[in-house]
Amino acid sequence: MRGFKDSAISEKIPFWLDPRKRAIFFQLLTFCMVGFLAYYLVSNTLINLERQKIASGFGFLHKESSFEIGESLIPYSAASTYTRALLVGALNTVKVAFIGIVITIFLGTIIGVARLSSNWLVSKLAAIFIEVMQDIPVLLQLFFWYALFCETLPSPQEALTPGAGISVCNRGVAFTIPEAHPAHRYMLLAILAGCVIIYLMRRWARKRQEKTGQFFPTFRVGIALLLGLPFVTWLTFGAPLKMDVPVLEGFNFQGGVMVSPEFIALLMGLILYTSAFVAEVVRAGIQSVSKGQKEAAMSIGLRPSLVLNLVILPQALRVIVPPLTSQMLNLTKNSSLAVAIGYPDFVSVANTTINQTGQSIEGVALIMAVYLFFSLSTSAFMNWYNKRVALVER
Amino acid sequence: MKQAVQAEELRPPVTSIGVIGWIKNNLFNGTPNSVLTLVTLFFLWKTVPPLFRWAFLDSAWHTTGQACREAAGACWSIISMNYRFILFGFYPYEEHWRPFLAMMILVGLLFYSRDRNHWKKTLAYAWIIGLFAMGLLMKGGLFGLPSVESTQWGGLPLTLLLAIFGLTAAYPLGVILALGRRSKMRGIKVLCILYIELIRGVPLISLLFMSSIIFPLFLPEGVTFNKILRAQVAIILFTAAYIAEVVRGGLQGMARGQYEAAESIGLNYYLTMRLIILPQALKIVIPPTVSILISAFKDTSLVVIIALFDLLKTTQSVLSNPEWMGFSREAYVFVAILYFLGCFSMSNYSRKLERELSRGD
Repeated sequence: MRGFKDSAISEKIPFWLDPRKRAIFFQLLTFCMVGFLAYYLVSNTLINLERQKIASGFGFLHKESSFEIGESLIPYSAASTYTRALLVGALNTVKVAFIGIVITIFLGTIIGVARLSSNWLVSKLAAIFIEVMQDIPVLLQLFFWYALFCETLPSPQEALTPGAGISVCNRGVAFTIPEAHPAHRYMLLAILAGCVIIYLMRRWARKRQEKTGQFFPTFRVGIALLLGLPFVTWLTFGAPLKMDVPVLEGFNFQGGVMVSPEFIALLMGLILYTSAFVAEVVRAGIQSVSKGQKEAAMSIGLRPSLVLNLVILPQALRVIVPPLTSQMLNLTKNSSLAVAIGYPDFVSVANTTINQTGQSIEGVALIMAVYLFFSLSTSAFMNWYNKRVALVER
Repeated sequence: MKQAVQAEELRPPVTSIGVIGWIKNNLFNGTPNSVLTLVTLFFLWKTVPPLFRWAFLDSAWHTTGQACREAAGACWSIISMNYRFILFGFYPYEEHWRPFLAMMILVGLLFYSRDRNHWKKTLAYAWIIGLFAMGLLMKGGLFGLPSVESTQWGGLPLTLLLAIFGLTAAYPLGVILALGRRSKMRGIKVLCILYIELIRGVPLISLLFMSSIIFPLFLPEGVTFNKILRAQVAIILFTAAYIAEVVRGGLQGMARGQYEAAESIGLNYYLTMRLIILPQALKIVIPPTVSILISAFKDTSLVVIIALFDLLKTTQSVLSNPEWMGFSREAYVFVAILYFLGCFSMSNYSRKLERELSRGD
């Protein structure tokens, strides 16, 4: 009976009115159109490449790059391959994005909190900062800082010294750093060990508090560990105090660490621009926690620091994290503007590569792939973090 | 027995009303805030007066570059002597009134569109006619206007053109992508998600590189587009992905009942979307759309990198003139003020609109 009824209905409905068949038809149509467009573009491209005698493929990656890169985290020379040059660029992008993100979150939080301050002057200044920074293109800001650096600062011979061991000139900022010593590696290890110990200690302290109700001052002990362990390591190695001081030799500084004006201008532009957006995100997050939450927490006798840590922040973070993620991604993507002021980031190196080899398709594809990788990995990490923050709900 | 109590009118203490009361409540409530205020005031006192001296008192306003170098303060002459080039680029000098008039039409249209009571069909026609008139003014060739090749367009009109046309063309594309992403058809949905996430994952500059180097390879032999049009295509493709996400937010905000009601009165997909869903969804997302317009406006500055003569590039080419070399700060501050005025008025408007819409009228 049932089967008969169904077939009767399907007989009544012509196939062009059946939503499922129509869906298949429309999808096929779309795929055909996209496929045709792709075929058209690819075939044109192949013909054009043939005509202009441009070789395709990624073979160029193994050839000698024969161009210099201003700053690099890994050993690099003009004799290295294109692969290595691109790796240098990618690492430079990671460097500026990482430092930028850390400082931006810090600065953005301060400005966001300042925006909510009961102090009229501070709140208004924060509002002006946010509005001005958001409304000026980041590229213009980069140009501005770069020009400011190059035009107003003196030459290395007349470098300014705002603090001991720091020299500022139009070639960059030279810092005094401790001279290389084996102790440093062990100090780094000590910091890592400190982090592991803190992690274990927090778990243990939480378990104990849940069981016995006794409180353990993890924060203070943690700080003590983080500072104390490297210090003790440093002492055991005989407390090496020798410093690597930058000295003026010829037209530039030698020794110490030299930070280029391109890097500083890029970092400053990215940080100031993005922190204005982060400040708005933080403000919205804090405002989203209702006043009653704070009052309830205070009424059960929590200290102000605990009110912030246990009640306000966990709820505010839930609102803050998703838009914060997209701001961090924006910062990473905007770091590609480095090419305009000559900082050797990935886009800039890839651009040079394109100009030298003429392999534009491969070059642009590499740029896109690398940024997609950055974007996807950042958002994967932030999604993971977001899940952790969001799971507080019971 | 005249003991009627005369209720004496007690005024609040002087320290809690008026200017003093306000200062006390907003600047000096508690020790930390007082310290903060004093520190901030000290900082302002250290920075603002020197800046004011530099910008206004010691500055040169309309001199040659040589005279500028002798002035202690800012050299605004770089603007006053070169403003025509900065604003209009290589557009023929005698024809500068045309891009100026085009920009005025645009500003007038934008100003007229501010009021929501004007949002009628006539406004749409006004925009179409306006855009057409602007194009005609810029391009010329008709009504006795000498033709100006688009390679000569530059400066502020180019910036505005890229932003406005970018958004107008990206909007329908974005709406289609958003509908596709919400579609029940798996294949179309996947295609739309791929497009949106791919574009949002890469920086605009990679698309601009693509437009300047790879687009020519895509086209059959003999067919060429000029650089401005190619950059415009890249901006459209880029903006569409962002609009799609905004519109998707609006679509998700629609109650299920709206779809069901539309289905129950027998509307098909197209009519449901056109008559029921999109009018409501697009209304919700007007404020975020304005912020996309703001970022599109700011993002047009990136065409500098592929050497189009937008506002920023014309400024830079003035700066590369030996007479004006070294006055970047003044020039960039001027450009920043232009961008700021544009973006600030738009974001202000967006906030006002948001308030109006959330009030429900």
